Amino acid sequence: MLGALTVLLVFQLIGEVLVQFAGLPIPGPVIGLLLLFLSLCVRGSLAAPLRDTANGLLQHLSLLFVPAGVGVMVHFSRVAGEWLPILAATIISTALAIAVSALVMQGLMRGRGGADDGEGGA
Amino acid sequence: MSPRITDVWVYLSASPLLGLTLTLVAYQAAYWVYQRAGFNPLLNPVLLAIVMLVAALQLTGTSYATYFDGAQFVHFLLGPATVALAVPLYLQFDKLKKLALPLVVALLAGSITAIVSAVGIAWLLGASETTLLSLAPKSVTTPIAMGIAEKTGGIPALTAVLVILTGVSGAVMAKYVLDGLRIADHGVRGFAVGIAAHGIGTARAFQVSEQAGAFAGLGMGLNGLVTAILAPLLLVLWRWF
Repeated sequence: MLGALTVLLVFQLIGEVLVQFAGLPIPGPVIGLLLLFLSLCVRGSLAAPLRDTANGLLQHLSLLFVPAGVGVMVHFSRVAGEWLPILAATIISTALAIAVSALVMQGLMRGRGGADDGEGGA
Repeated sequence: MSPRITDVWVYLSASPLLGLTLTLVAYQAAYWVYQRAGFNPLLNPVLLAIVMLVAALQLTGTSYATYFDGAQFVHFLLGPATVALAVPLYLQFDKLKKLALPLVVALLAGSITAIVSAVGIAWLLGASETTLLSLAPKSVTTPIAMGIAEKTGGIPALTAVLVILTGVSGAVMAKYVLDGLRIADHGVRGFAVGIAAHGIGTARAFQVSEQAGAFAGLGMGLNGLVTAILAPLLLVLWRWF
């Protein structure tokens, strides 16, 4: 588990360093994610400790958002002052984004499923 | 109150132990309630834990900065957890490869919908420009969204709050929206929730199935990249008109 945690941190560190050097607009951990993914693909196998540690962390992913969420208390006055646009925008737009993404993907998958008539897709 | 208790309180409120312990206790209490209620999405554990903690901090007159001194250790784990998303992604890769085209098109459609509809609705309802700019990246995971807000002139800390609000509302609504649209495939459901509601949606998807979770993690990661590019561009276009 210690080794696996180190692997995760090393990839995050590489990601952060690359972002700083290249001035990328993307956060370091996301670059770390991509690099770890690529190295798993190159290796072609996944060590059990890394799998277990990753699953353990991801099982409690919700918990990790709590500290940032409590920050709402600092911005209470702005959120209270503009509560209607803020609530309407987040709620409606989130429902729309879920619906649009799901419908588009479902539609395209169906198109593929019935695409024996020569979409030419691999 | 005897001076002794005050002394203990002064000591505790200066140490990170309290913020860290409170976070873990509140989350587990919230999770227990959620479990007890048969995983009713309305009782989302992130939302419940935040409500409990804000109430506790307000009642004791504790500042967010003091709380965060301890809670930052939990917050820090967001980084390695993001990297860890590579693992379910790798395990589901064969499935994902076959779906490259639907995934990419759905990603772009969902990402643009999230940005444009959020800014558009808030603008119609008269939100201030700072709020609009802070809202644009609300569908992506906290560290990315805060970075985008910083670049476009929003308030990163406000963005963090809006991101959490988005995640919680996505986790709460996803089941109803997707059931309403009769979307049964766990891959499609997960991917849509990951695009719209980042890590909180992804956490919710992992509770449903590993497949939903892996697709959600992919949606969240990819939308982070796409929004980092699209949100600043769309905001420039919007200013133009």
